[in-house]
Amino acid sequence: MSVLVRIPTPLRPLAGGQSELSEEGTSVREILDNLIRRFPAMKERMMDESGELRRFINIYVNEEDIRFREGVSTPLSSGDEVSIIPAIAGGA
Amino acid sequence: MSNPSVPIHSDSSAHSGVKALKCRECGRRYELLAIHVCEFCFGPLEVEYDYEVIGRKISRQSIEAGPVSLWRYKDLLPVLGEPTAGLHAGMTPLVRAERLGKALGLKNLYVKNDTVNHPTLSFKDRVVAVATTRARELGFTTIACASTGNLANSVSAHAASCGMECFVFIPHDLEAGKVLGNLIYKPTVVSVKGTYDDVNRLCSEIGAEYPWAFVNINIRPYYAEGSKSLAFETAEQLGWKVPDQVVVPIASGSLLTKIWKGFHEFTRLGLVAENPLLKVNGAQASGCSPVYQAYVSGKNHIVPVRPNTIAKSLAIGNPADGFYALDVVGKSGGKVEEATDPEIIEGMKLLAETEGIFAETAGGVTVACLKKLAQKGAIRPDDLTVAYITGNGLKTMEALAGSLSQPVSIDPNLSSFRQIVNPKS
Repeated sequence: MSVLVRIPTPLRPLAGGQSELSEEGTSVREILDNLIRRFPAMKERMMDESGELRRFINIYVNEEDIRFREGVSTPLSSGDEVSIIPAIAGGA
Repeated sequence: MSNPSVPIHSDSSAHSGVKALKCRECGRRYELLAIHVCEFCFGPLEVEYDYEVIGRKISRQSIEAGPVSLWRYKDLLPVLGEPTAGLHAGMTPLVRAERLGKALGLKNLYVKNDTVNHPTLSFKDRVVAVATTRARELGFTTIACASTGNLANSVSAHAASCGMECFVFIPHDLEAGKVLGNLIYKPTVVSVKGTYDDVNRLCSEIGAEYPWAFVNINIRPYYAEGSKSLAFETAEQLGWKVPDQVVVPIASGSLLTKIWKGFHEFTRLGLVAENPLLKVNGAQASGCSPVYQAYVSGKNHIVPVRPNTIAKSLAIGNPADGFYALDVVGKSGGKVEEATDPEIIEGMKLLAETEGIFAETAGGVTVACLKKLAQKGAIRPDDLTVAYITGNGLKTMEALAGSLSQPVSIDPNLSSFRQIVNPKS
């Protein structure tokens, strides 16, 4: 099952400069695992020493923060859009 | 479009105390460009200063001889040349709040009154003065922001005064005064069908595609430093002294952390004596209190919430600096309080009725939380206390609908008036 993944600026050089790409997976975790399989250098950028997603990365599925759903276990459907976005932004 | 993280032109900081951008998490350093997150770990980038260089330039006398604006502290702000925007921002009154203090049982209370900041009546005029100046140094001609209202007002006004293109992104349900307070300056106002957190996420994506200066995204390391001026002014206006307690509203959490940083920079440079008593307290609205929730549950991570409060300027459910705000509160021995919507309105009314200051809803949050901190004994009667009132009540009038008395209506003659003044006569 294919979903669209939006790559944040700091990770684009690791993904051949792509800002968006298609990835296979039925959950956010699978998408991340598959991304890291394709682009191994992404692992230390996205994951901390304990293998958890870094504190300053937010992930959205179809504009919704996965923390309002099931975190990295959030299931995906074909055609979903997954955005990886740096958490540090804003300040009304 | 070109990548906005690439410098339009680079510049030198040889004679400035501004050294580099540095990741707050992993310590990696970067050039002073329009970037805000560490390329390695996504941590926030902060401006790194050379305090030895600054210490040789700055003194109480040099500050006092400076302009009557936040630019009197230019040596501690992240610009390399002379300011070119927001020349009149800051140096707002520090009001000795005797009547409010009496109502709350506090003998040594001050209100830092940013309801009268220039030009758009909120503390955002500070951060935007710095951000706009830095954006122009970096060669940008378009300025933008994600905003709950006050920031958009300030960015719009500064863009107009500098002749810059301007895009402001706001949630669709903002107060009328805050929407109008953008439109008058003729920016492109983009009303997004979602919460501020939706606006913020969208702007992060837009900012990656368009070569604009988003003041609170790619210009954020510089922008956020402007808030330090609230601490600098407080210390100077108190007679070069650091207070014992401050109460600061929390939205993203950045303001609270920068006020703390400002006092510490002044102490480090010997401009004020250290005050080990300084406690930094945070104030949130109950309808959007992710930092308060983390504080009371003893956690150091923030669980995002969906905001539902009249304090729309504080309605950030996913606060970028929440973690760091919690850290500052903890390190300083302060507390975080929350206020319900009715308490917020009572806070606005109390401030107005005792000090003649009409604050927006965020000010009501601050006063309501100050009241709770005093009642609980967290702030003691003799503590030198400063409450930060960050925005003007004329922008959030909807919040007061039905909660104020009505005008007394009379016929245009003296007897009618006498009946009102003394109905029994």
